[in-house]
Amino acid sequence: MNEVLRAEGLKKTFRLSSKQQKIERTKKRKKIAVNGVSFTAYEGEIFGLLGPNGAGKTTTLRMISTLIRPDKGDIIVAGSSAVKEPWEVRAKIGFLTSELKLEDFFTPNYMYDFFSALHGVDEKVRDSRKKRLFEKFGIDKFAEVKIANLSTGMKQKLSLVVSIVHDPSIIIFDEPTNGLDVITARAVTDFLLELKAEGKTIIVSTHIFSLVEKICDRVGIIIGGEMIRCGRTVDIMGDLSLEDRFFEIYRETVGDAE
Amino acid sequence: MKGNILTIMRKELARFFKDPRLVITTLILPGLMIYAVYSFMGDGLSTQFSTPDEYVYRVDAVNPSNHIKEYLKLVDFVDMGEVSSYDEGIERLNSNESDLLVVFPQDFDKAISIYSSGKAPNVEMFFNSAQIASAEAYTNMTNILNAFESSISNRFDINNSGREYDLATEKDTTSQVFSMMLPMLLMVFLFSGCMSVAPESIAGEKERGTIATLLVTPVKRSEIAIGKILSISFISLLSGISSFLGTMSSLPKLMGMSAEGMDASAYGVSDYALLLAVILSTILVIVSIISIISAFAKTVKEANTTVLPLMIIVMLIGITSMFGQGAPSEAIWYLAPLYNSVQCMTAIFAFSYSTVNIITTLCVNVSISIVLLIVLAKMFSSEKIMFSK
Ligand SMILES: Nc1ncnc2c1ncn2[C@@H]1O[C@H](COP(=O)(O)OP(=O)(O)OP(=O)(O)O)[C@@H](O)[C@H]1O
Ligand SMILES: [Mg+2]
Repeated sequence: MNEVLRAEGLKKTFRLSSKQQKIERTKKRKKIAVNGVSFTAYEGEIFGLLGPNGAGKTTTLRMISTLIRPDKGDIIVAGSSAVKEPWEVRAKIGFLTSELKLEDFFTPNYMYDFFSALHGVDEKVRDSRKKRLFEKFGIDKFAEVKIANLSTGMKQKLSLVVSIVHDPSIIIFDEPTNGLDVITARAVTDFLLELKAEGKTIIVSTHIFSLVEKICDRVGIIIGGEMIRCGRTVDIMGDLSLEDRFFEIYRETVGDAE
Repeated sequence: MKGNILTIMRKELARFFKDPRLVITTLILPGLMIYAVYSFMGDGLSTQFSTPDEYVYRVDAVNPSNHIKEYLKLVDFVDMGEVSSYDEGIERLNSNESDLLVVFPQDFDKAISIYSSGKAPNVEMFFNSAQIASAEAYTNMTNILNAFESSISNRFDINNSGREYDLATEKDTTSQVFSMMLPMLLMVFLFSGCMSVAPESIAGEKERGTIATLLVTPVKRSEIAIGKILSISFISLLSGISSFLGTMSSLPKLMGMSAEGMDASAYGVSDYALLLAVILSTILVIVSIISIISAFAKTVKEANTTVLPLMIIVMLIGITSMFGQGAPSEAIWYLAPLYNSVQCMTAIFAFSYSTVNIITTLCVNVSISIVLLIVLAKMFSSEKIMFSK
C-alpha cells in the first residue's frame, strides 16, 4: 500500500470572539478545535473522517487543503508539506467544502474555464473534461445560466465539478452529500467510487454512518477534536453495525471526559 | 506566471463590464451627473444674479434732460420716460412699474451748459437694491451719467481707443482656474471611482466566500493581489476619466465664463502626458490603500464605512491646491503620497511644474504601491484576515 497523505499530530486552536463565546456558551477565550489528530491515507482508497457536529472534521480538512495552518503538526501530501510548501499541495489536491463559493454573477461554463485556466489545464483537455463532467451531473443544460439562478443542489454539484477541473489524484470532500436529495447524493457516491476505481485517493468527512459503511475502506472517528479510533472500517465495526459501534465508542469517550 | 494575473484580470473586468448596472453607475452616471449638476449650478448662478441680455431698463425721470435723452439714444438697454412728480415716481418704483427713478433739477440742461464753478447741479436716483433689474439699472445709469459728465467737461480719457487692454491670455485664465479646482476634483473622482469597485471586489468576495475558492488553487497570492489591483485601477481610471470629461465640459459654465475664456487645449501633449503619469501613479496608491482596507473588512459595508474618513482626508489634501502660492518647489514635499499628487497636478495646470518633483512623486507613488501590494498579498495568505468570523 502506497502512502499518499499523512497527517501528523495536527492541532488547531481558535481564538473566540465575544460573539462566538455567547453562541458556544463559554467563557473560555480559546477553542481547541483539533487536538493531535494523525492518520494516513493510502493510494486508491477512500478514507472517511466520521464525527458529530463540531468534532473538528472541517477544520482538519481545511488544514490539509492549506486554507489554514496547523498550530502544531504537518500534513505530507504526496511528498509535499502543507505547512512548508502549500502551493505544491494545492496543485495536487481537489478540495470541496460548503464554504467555498462560486461567484453568482458568472455562468457554470465561465467558472469552469476560469478555474481550469488557474490550474493551467490545456484547453482541449479542459473542453473534453468539462463535457464529460457537466453531462454526468446534468449541468450541461444550465451551463449558460447565471449561478445565482441555479438550485442549491445544482450549485453544489457545480462546486464539486469545479474542485476537480485539474483532475487531481487526491480528492478531499467535506460532507459531499449534505443537502442533496437521494438521487443526487447517490450520483455523488457513485462518482466517488468511480474516482477510486481510477486509482485516486479520496478523503471524505461525514456524520452519515451508512455512507462510511458503503464507500470508506478505512475510517477515523473524531470526537471533540481528537482521533479516537482509526483503522479499516470492517475492523472497527467488528460484529456490530457502524452506528452501534460509534455509540459504544462515543459513550466511552464522553463518559471518560465527564 | 503572467498567465494567472491575466486570467484574474480578465475575470475582474468581465465581472464589471458584463454588468450593465455597474457600468452605468460607475462609468456613465458620474460624468453625466457632474455635467448636469455643474451646468445647472452655473446657469442657476448667472440667471439668479443678472437679468437676461435683452432686458431694457424702465427708467422714470422727473424733469428729464434733453441732453441725456439724446445721449441715451446711443444705448439700447434704457428706456426713459417722464413722470410728473417725485411722489408719482416713487409709487411706480414701489409697485415695480419702473426700475429706476431719476430726478433732475429744474433747468438741468441750462445749468450744465453754463456751469463753470460753484455749486454743481445734483441728480438724484432712487432704486430698490432687492430687485436685480433695479440694482442693475442704477449701476448702468450711474455709469452712463458719469460718462456723460466726462464727455461735457473732458480733461482726459481712460482706455478709450478700442485697443485690447487686458493682457490676460486664454492660457492665464485657464491655468488659474484649472490649477485651483481640478486637482481637488480629480482626487475626489479617482477616489470615489475606486471606492465603487475595490470594496466590492475584495471585501465582497470575502463576504460571499468566493475568494476562498480562489485561495485553494495553486495561484500565488501575489498574483491575485496584482490581478485585482490592476483591474480595479483600470476601472477607476475609466471612472475618473468620465468624471473628468463631465467637469471639463461644464467647468466654464460653472465659473461663469465663456467657453472661449477657458480652453483645455491651452495645455500641450507633454502636459497631458505628465498629468496622466501622475494620475496613474496616484490611482495605484489609492487603489492599494482601499484594497488593503477592504481586505481587513468582513463585509462590503464595513469596508465602505472604513474608507469614508479617508475620503474626507483626501478631499482636505485636495483643497490645499486652492490656498497658498501654488505648489511648493522643494522636493521634500513630494515624498508625501496623495499630497504630492495634488501639488504635481496644481503645478502642471499652472504651467510651473518641476521635472524633479514630478519624478520624485512618480517614484514615491510606485514604491508605495509596491509595498502595499506586498502587504495585500500577505493579507491574502493570512487565515486570520481571510477567514475571520
Ligand atoms: N474560524 C473559527 N473560529 C472559531 N472557532 C472555530 C472556527 N472554525 C471552527 N471553529 C470551532 O471549532 C470546532 C470544530 O469545528 P469544525 O467545523 O471543524 O467541526 P465539524 O466536525 O466540521 O462539524 P460539522 O459536522 O458541524 O461540520 C467547532 O466548535 C467550531 O465552532
Ligand atoms: Mg464541518
